[in-house]
Amino acid sequence: MAVEALGSAPRTKVAPWNDPTVRGWVFQVVVVGLVGLLAWYLVDNTITNLERQKIASGFHYLGREAGFEIGDTMVEYSPASTYARAIYVGMLNTLKVSVLGIIMATFLGTLLGIGRLSNNWLLSKICEWYVEAFRNVPLLLWLFLFYKLISEAFPGPRQAISAFWGTVFLSNRGVYFPVPLADAVFKWMGVALLVAIAGAWALHRWARRRQDATGQPFPSIIAGTGLIVGLPVLVWLLGGAPHHMSWPALKGFNFDGGSVIQPEFTALLFGLVLYTSAFVAEIVRSGILALHKGQTEAAAALGLTRGQSMRLVLLPQALRVIVPPMTSQYLNITKNSSLAIAIGYPDLVASINVTINQTGQAIENVLIIMAAYLSVSLSISAFMNWYNKRIALRER
Amino acid sequence: MHKTLGVSLGLAVLLASGGAMAGKDLDAIKAKGHVVCGVPTGTAGFALADSQGKWVGLDVDVCRAVSAAIFGDSEKVKYVPLTAQQRFTALQSGEVDMLSNNTTWTLTRDTALGFDFGAVTYYDGQAFMVSKKLGVKSAKELNGATICVQPGTTTELNLADYFRANKMTFKPVVIEKVEEVRAAFFSGRCDVYTNDSSALYSTRVANVPAGQSPDDYIVLPEIISKEPLAPVMRHGDNQFVDIVRWTQYAMIEAEEYGITSKNVDEMLKSENPAIKRMLGVTPGMGKALGVDEKWAYNIVKLVGNYGESFDRHVGKDSILKIDRGLNRLWSQGGLQYAPPIR
Repeated sequence: MAVEALGSAPRTKVAPWNDPTVRGWVFQVVVVGLVGLLAWYLVDNTITNLERQKIASGFHYLGREAGFEIGDTMVEYSPASTYARAIYVGMLNTLKVSVLGIIMATFLGTLLGIGRLSNNWLLSKICEWYVEAFRNVPLLLWLFLFYKLISEAFPGPRQAISAFWGTVFLSNRGVYFPVPLADAVFKWMGVALLVAIAGAWALHRWARRRQDATGQPFPSIIAGTGLIVGLPVLVWLLGGAPHHMSWPALKGFNFDGGSVIQPEFTALLFGLVLYTSAFVAEIVRSGILALHKGQTEAAAALGLTRGQSMRLVLLPQALRVIVPPMTSQYLNITKNSSLAIAIGYPDLVASINVTINQTGQAIENVLIIMAAYLSVSLSISAFMNWYNKRIALRER
Repeated sequence: MHKTLGVSLGLAVLLASGGAMAGKDLDAIKAKGHVVCGVPTGTAGFALADSQGKWVGLDVDVCRAVSAAIFGDSEKVKYVPLTAQQRFTALQSGEVDMLSNNTTWTLTRDTALGFDFGAVTYYDGQAFMVSKKLGVKSAKELNGATICVQPGTTTELNLADYFRANKMTFKPVVIEKVEEVRAAFFSGRCDVYTNDSSALYSTRVANVPAGQSPDDYIVLPEIISKEPLAPVMRHGDNQFVDIVRWTQYAMIEAEEYGITSKNVDEMLKSENPAIKRMLGVTPGMGKALGVDEKWAYNIVKLVGNYGESFDRHVGKDSILKIDRGLNRLWSQGGLQYAPPIR
């Protein structure tokens, strides 16, 4: 009734079953009700069956000792840690490969996309072949190929290839390189870096506004770079300039000390980046081609070089076409990173799989994994939608 | 929306079917006319499809023996190859009737996961395999090693426990598909491959890549865990569990009495009351189990006794040549011991 009151234009009275508004509401209520019923049936059925089969449920197991080792961790972890910690470690690994993958695929893909439009015949053909080769073969096969290449082509640790005067070692165990020994100062250097980045950004904005207002340029790029490099170095010097390094050295079976990029990670990252950049390249190309030819001609008429017209005229406009499909590619990278299980990179799925098998709590763990991927994906979507709105054409 | 609905519907079907079967497993098996048996995806000697697509192995024989006991025919089995990861869900959901999948009998699995275990078909233990080139003689020398391991089994836990107990460290490389784990090990990505010793012997002989020989690899002497491998059933149908359990006992007992697939017909004329009871000459045992009186006769006739099955698939007559070891009969210094069939 309230609905009818809303559309309160006086009109001839119709029976409620002939009123499209009422009918619309009725159908929607029915659909929502049916979906709700189905959900309730599923949940109830699941719980009943679990009880009947005497399978324990709940999330208590998360606090128990995990008991298994993880090969590649960004944070402290040992078999004595809890299942929750193991899942967290896996989550961080998934995020690491996804974030790096997204950044690298965007750069590579953009270059390839522009390259395909190049007037240089060779360059455009190479880019075209790259795109066709990578997007037409399943990602899983690329992963297997890269993993096999790394583990077969590189020698064992005892015959490792050394580079940079014996400080970096390449073997089928990965790339070992020296890192500074942990020191309290590094944390403050990190803070300084963040502050410097924020400062450089503010400086750049200020310079831009001043130039717009007064026409006076300010070398904000150079100043900003100086700030970003200088501030952490200053903090390092103030902190007593700790310079003790951890050097990798062969000890027993493997290298000890230093830090390592493992073959599983390398293979997964390469696979994701090379595969996805082929799609990104096509999106970028389509974005640029979507622009009216007049844009290029106008830019040329103004005397801009090809590089300038690409950077200042074409790409900013093409972004409006590029961003929405790009969101899908970013989501794809994140979700495809779960193929890690095939080549042994310990991502979220790997942690969850082991947990399922040790605890038998399949439903709970599947819920966790769904929630994790959903929140990452929704975050990416939300960010991209925000960005899309920001660059959208403001019509006046 | 579409996708979520699809997934939920799939889950619903899965759970609903799981519910419908509970408690009536044996009736359901008899009604459909075959046993659905979950076996490993491919472990030479235990379960492997041969060139004709026929499943053979020690695990497969367990399924065949159960089929022989229930149907009097050892081939009324449908094999479902399952990875260590898939197997429990497949059993819980009713996709398979039983697992003969090199599953280690543990308390958690027997209770919280809602399973029942049959009799132990193979006493196994986790061990380490290394390349001879490393010059390692004992697992105690493995500090700092990179170790290839398959996820989803007790293997990972035993491994971590052993290294923690011996104050050593290691780096795991965890890969789901067994083929890929083996490839990673044989290519040198790992120093060590750990698994149940049976699987290591099987891998060493059957999966070593061309250009290398099984003799390039050794299985280290340390056995770091107890792995009693047994068939697994769901809670809820004790009669079916009994049949699976006593099927294995019948195979052990047959070996003990010297009954083989070749002489079982002559043994029908035996005067030994225990043999007469077992082979159904003196009726009663079959009725008690709820199967045909000739159940044990059929098992031995169609599949063989435990020793025959062992020798044929993993022991002296096979390429694996695994020593009987703990799997000898109790009367010969092993652990295989069957309660009396009476």
